[in-house]
Amino acid sequence: MKYAYYPGCSAHSTARDMHESCLAVAKALGVELNEIKGWTCCGASAAHQTNRELAASLASANLLLAKKMGMDMVVTCAACYNRSKVANYEILNSEEMRQSVADSLDQAYDGSVQVRHFVEILSKDLGVAALRKKIVNPLKGLKVASYYGCYLVRPPEATGFDDPENPTILEGLIDVMGGTNVEWSGKVDCCGGMQNLTRTEITVRRSAAVIEMAQAAGAECIVVACPMCQISLDVRQADMEKLLGKKYDMPIIYVTQLVGLALGIAPKELGFDKLMVSPTAVLKAAKGAA
Amino acid sequence: MTTRITKQKAPGELLKVVQEKADVHLYACYQCKKCSIGCPVADQTESPPSEIIRRLQLGAGDELLQADLIWTCLSCETCYARCPNEINFAAVIDALKALAVEKGVARPEGDAPLFNRLFLDTVKSYGRVYDLQAIAMYKLRTGNIKQDMDKFPAMLKKGKMAILPPSGADKSTVKRIFKKAAQDKGTEK
Repeated sequence: MKYAYYPGCSAHSTARDMHESCLAVAKALGVELNEIKGWTCCGASAAHQTNRELAASLASANLLLAKKMGMDMVVTCAACYNRSKVANYEILNSEEMRQSVADSLDQAYDGSVQVRHFVEILSKDLGVAALRKKIVNPLKGLKVASYYGCYLVRPPEATGFDDPENPTILEGLIDVMGGTNVEWSGKVDCCGGMQNLTRTEITVRRSAAVIEMAQAAGAECIVVACPMCQISLDVRQADMEKLLGKKYDMPIIYVTQLVGLALGIAPKELGFDKLMVSPTAVLKAAKGAA
Repeated sequence: MTTRITKQKAPGELLKVVQEKADVHLYACYQCKKCSIGCPVADQTESPPSEIIRRLQLGAGDELLQADLIWTCLSCETCYARCPNEINFAAVIDALKALAVEKGVARPEGDAPLFNRLFLDTVKSYGRVYDLQAIAMYKLRTGNIKQDMDKFPAMLKKGKMAILPPSGADKSTVKRIFKKAAQDKGTEK
């Protein structure tokens, strides 16, 4: 299994833990991730709010590089995944957009590169049966709330990730690792991450609502696949305490960190030391890995 | 939720512009309100999504660009995912944002256009986002320096925010893309 790997800008800053745990898990499972040389920013949410053609062109620059490598493009940041998928969708459905992107890149791009999130590689390409064989530290019933947020599932016709209102890919992985999936209805709610710096109170209240739902369902941690969700839910817990007077102490873990633990990879290699809310409960569950 | 309708000199002009910019057909809306029910900020806004669409249908003019939802929206796209007629309301909001910025309409609070510009400025310089610079510049420009100061030391220490600017990107491609966007839309200031 060989893929072109697009780390995304957060991989070297706010989501180093996501990036490092993804690489460690890929290595342990024999999944070859070839980093795209010279990759550039996908435009994130700033570009599409400014101008659609700019957004599609920035994302397409990387898709074009992956096309030249002749491989599917694997992404581990849900926001980059979303922007790349939307660029493909717009190019495939609008001659005007295809032309605009071609003018901008000075090269034609046909929207044909398959964009995959790393959890799709784990759950579909590798498959849960193969993953099961590699589990050395089962999670011993750790109660997990799988949180998808927005970018993986919406807009459904562009991302095609899973059932947009009730995705279950993450639950399938938790199940294989010996964790317990809690039943809750917040998994595709928004964390408010886009207003994290501009209207912080909106983000704090939204993220608190998500954590509260997971806590009410009995979750001991929330598993995420998006750096914007991770930052909002994790770093903003201090602000939730100030604003709402409640201390949640809810660990917010990347799914790749949890998979890595179950595979027996050391927590430090998986970036557990970078989390703001202490993940002790999670580490205890996979005893033997520490 | 009260809708104030003002008669316009050219009714429907804004609707036409928005429909073209967002590539949507707003008359497909029959006010089922699924968008407003699913909207995570509906309780914090004066005009929820379905009302914005209705106001456009009724011929709203530029006063609609003052609607607070334009700057409260989280781009979560729940409205779009649940619309029975597949109206991309998230694209409508993006179009209204661009128009509001173009016409210099005041914003209620926060400065998303400034943040977006500072964010994209770092992409223009380095080919990738340099978040420390974008955030520092935003805080300096908005005078909101104190907020989050308590978190930076821990984040820097944990390596959860890069101190040095990013390297390794193909900057020339990014420069060309921005140059083209500036020529087309005059977005670069």
